[in-house]
Amino acid sequence: MAFFWKRNKDKFSTSTLGLDKSIEELQAQEAAVEREFGVRFNKAIAKTRDSINNKLDTIFESRKQIDEGFLDELEEMLISTDIGVSTTFQVLDAVRKGVSRQEIKDLDALKRAMKNELLGILHGSKAKGVASETEVPETIKPYVLMVVGVNGVGKTTTIGKLAQRIKMEGNQVMICAADTFRAAASEQLEIWSERAGVPIIQQKQGTDPAAVLFDALKSAQARNADVLIVDTAGRLHNKSNLMAELEKMKRIAGREVERAPHETLLVIDAVTGQNGLEQARQFTKVAGVTGIVLTKLDGTAKGGIAVAIAKELNLPIRYVGIGEQVDDLMVFDPEKYVNGLFN
Amino acid sequence: MFESLSDKLKSTLKNLRGEGKLTQEHVDAALKEIRMALLEADVNYKVAKDFVEAVRAKAEGQEVWQDLKPHEQVVKIVYDELVNLFGGTSSRLVFTKQIPNVVMIVGLQGSGKTTSTGKIAKWLADNQERKPLLVSVDVYRPAAREQLRVVGGAVKQAVFQDRETNDPLTLVRGAMKHAEEVGYDTLIIDTAGRLHIDDELMDELEKIKAETKPVEVLFVADAMTGQDAVRSAEEFHKRVGITGVVLTKMDGDARGGAALSIKQVIGQPVKFVGVGEKYDAIEPFYPDRIAQRILGMGDVLSLIEEVQGKIDETEAKKQLEKMTSNQFTLEDFRAQLGQMKKLGSMSKLMKMLPEQMTGGLQMTDEQSEQVEVQLKGTEAIIDSMTKQERRDHKIINASRKTRIANGSGKTIAEVNQLLRQYEQMKKMMQQMNRGGLFSKLAGSAMGGLGGGLGNMLGGGLGGMFGGGSKPDFDNSYDEATDSLSKRLKKKKRHKKRRK
Repeated sequence: MAFFWKRNKDKFSTSTLGLDKSIEELQAQEAAVEREFGVRFNKAIAKTRDSINNKLDTIFESRKQIDEGFLDELEEMLISTDIGVSTTFQVLDAVRKGVSRQEIKDLDALKRAMKNELLGILHGSKAKGVASETEVPETIKPYVLMVVGVNGVGKTTTIGKLAQRIKMEGNQVMICAADTFRAAASEQLEIWSERAGVPIIQQKQGTDPAAVLFDALKSAQARNADVLIVDTAGRLHNKSNLMAELEKMKRIAGREVERAPHETLLVIDAVTGQNGLEQARQFTKVAGVTGIVLTKLDGTAKGGIAVAIAKELNLPIRYVGIGEQVDDLMVFDPEKYVNGLFN
Repeated sequence: MFESLSDKLKSTLKNLRGEGKLTQEHVDAALKEIRMALLEADVNYKVAKDFVEAVRAKAEGQEVWQDLKPHEQVVKIVYDELVNLFGGTSSRLVFTKQIPNVVMIVGLQGSGKTTSTGKIAKWLADNQERKPLLVSVDVYRPAAREQLRVVGGAVKQAVFQDRETNDPLTLVRGAMKHAEEVGYDTLIIDTAGRLHIDDELMDELEKIKAETKPVEVLFVADAMTGQDAVRSAEEFHKRVGITGVVLTKMDGDARGGAALSIKQVIGQPVKFVGVGEKYDAIEPFYPDRIAQRILGMGDVLSLIEEVQGKIDETEAKKQLEKMTSNQFTLEDFRAQLGQMKKLGSMSKLMKMLPEQMTGGLQMTDEQSEQVEVQLKGTEAIIDSMTKQERRDHKIINASRKTRIANGSGKTIAEVNQLLRQYEQMKKMMQQMNRGGLFSKLAGSAMGGLGGGLGNMLGGGLGGMFGGGSKPDFDNSYDEATDSLSKRLKKKKRHKKRRK
């Protein structure tokens, strides 16, 4: 996880790769970054991990053996992570099988089996292919990244962080404020754009978002920007007119820039329950979602719904938001996430 | 999408039918399904467990009512128990003589606090004759205070601002003083969104509470929240003492099981429900509606079956096609009205529709009569038009209007009103059309029929009475398998028993 944003890497590689350093130095540097990431990620999901681990331990301690009663409690524990009834059953089935085959005899084996099952789901969604900056040739500019989601999940904040991170890696970034609906949404984004020092294209509240997007695309092309991040208004996925608006934006983007939007991220709040599945389903249908951003993972919520989405819809989790700071937006790493839950 | 609990139970209990009592076997099988339904609706697993046990106690050994199948009976017990747990509605906030009365709005980030603050202010001004002043003490999120200012402008309520300070307590004090001086009797404080693990911000809430002594502390909860809902509600309750809950984003398709969890765990009632983006989209809380929603039921089915029986199917199909192709003329409007009359009294019809569709409208028999008179008038107006006019309402100019009014014995204003309604309805149908609803429904003739008429009632009529909400057609229509008359009989009995 040494890099956050892979595109244009070689543009500034001579300086960042540090040709003047020895291999040992570089490895040490990388390991430090890695550790630091691991540390912060673990800290962020510590609440989650503690409760799962503690619960498992107490359940096991009080029973000493894996029987039906134990599995019942395990089921409750899994349900409480929001991974959903069907994912829970999948994990339980794996555990049951392991027990009957005498493979799971102690707590460690149990944790390992559960971990494997969850990892299998998360990797399965990744195997389908992840839409990302590496998939799009440099000749296509700008790389259009659309951010969608229901109200209040943290879209604008996510965009602010993304813009800053991508810019820090030497790309020219622009933001399109196509949330023309919510009061002061544009102002909020403007503050973020000032912080990040990236230009923002906006119009007054109530303008057709597709028109704002069109302007932004034109402007990004004129300024030869590398990346255009598009903020959209939060919308409930069952409002057909709003969803049609999103479809229109997608269409406009594709007309102006080849293959755009290249990436469409659905932002999901970690506290979201089973409705998250339906959100993912509808947004994928209309806007062609390519990945999930799981935000607010620094609360006690476990964000298990992202696992359910990965399982049901094969959508990979791209980024996770674990705090208020700019670099608290991270590339999602299934191993770290799952290990974090159990270790 | 979701199978309704009722259908699930039906298939589970199919093999166990025909006994005079709910046996242990029935109950066990049913309870398992109920638990799953609750979990899928995001009811907290502990709450779900307790609830299932409570239902077990009620269900075991109960006599099966005549003609009620075991699964129907179980659904009824569950439904009644849910409604019972939610308790009555108490959306009125209780105020004292003190000036100003303070209402604190708290909740997690992104739950909809600021929008709710605006909606509640408008609600209080419109329904409880309060004069509210709004203040945002969210000094953290970029542009949060700006957002409240815009919201305040939109709901035409005063917003207290002090750009000089970034201290929540100074802001609150300033707002209190301003309210006293100017005479605002209610101060609504929009607090910063926070993750409840944040001690610092919790402290701040405690301080604001100590400073302002609020009469109400309303906890805003997102209907889409999962298992974590209980934890955050508990934490807020422990630290600041919640007096009521505002459930937001209920216009989405989330089941809203979080509402049950929160109610069970902190014991405070849900006072308001947010049902849309518009600032008047806030409603009092109706336990029966959310109970139906959590369980995924709705009595739309029985209505559809009734419609099915009474309406000439080919005629309805023709109309559906017209609606789909967006040629819904006044002539068709007239035909729809005629068919509606065949169904019987309005009050009966309204009772059959789920409340989401009628906007909670209950109709007494007198009201129903009034509506019927109104419908008659509407028919008369349309009958006084020429064929040409009925096919293309746009040609109706002032002199034509005078003729129509004279011909039908109505006023020109009434003619205008009718045309407006018709246009609204037409527009609505276009929208639905674009959303693909009709194309979906057209797949099955029966489903299409029910949907078409349902829209008429929910949207068209609701609009006529001035309180309609957009109909909710998430229920699937393809599953109406039971015989019509049986279900209808059942339906009527339900009503009687509940009274």
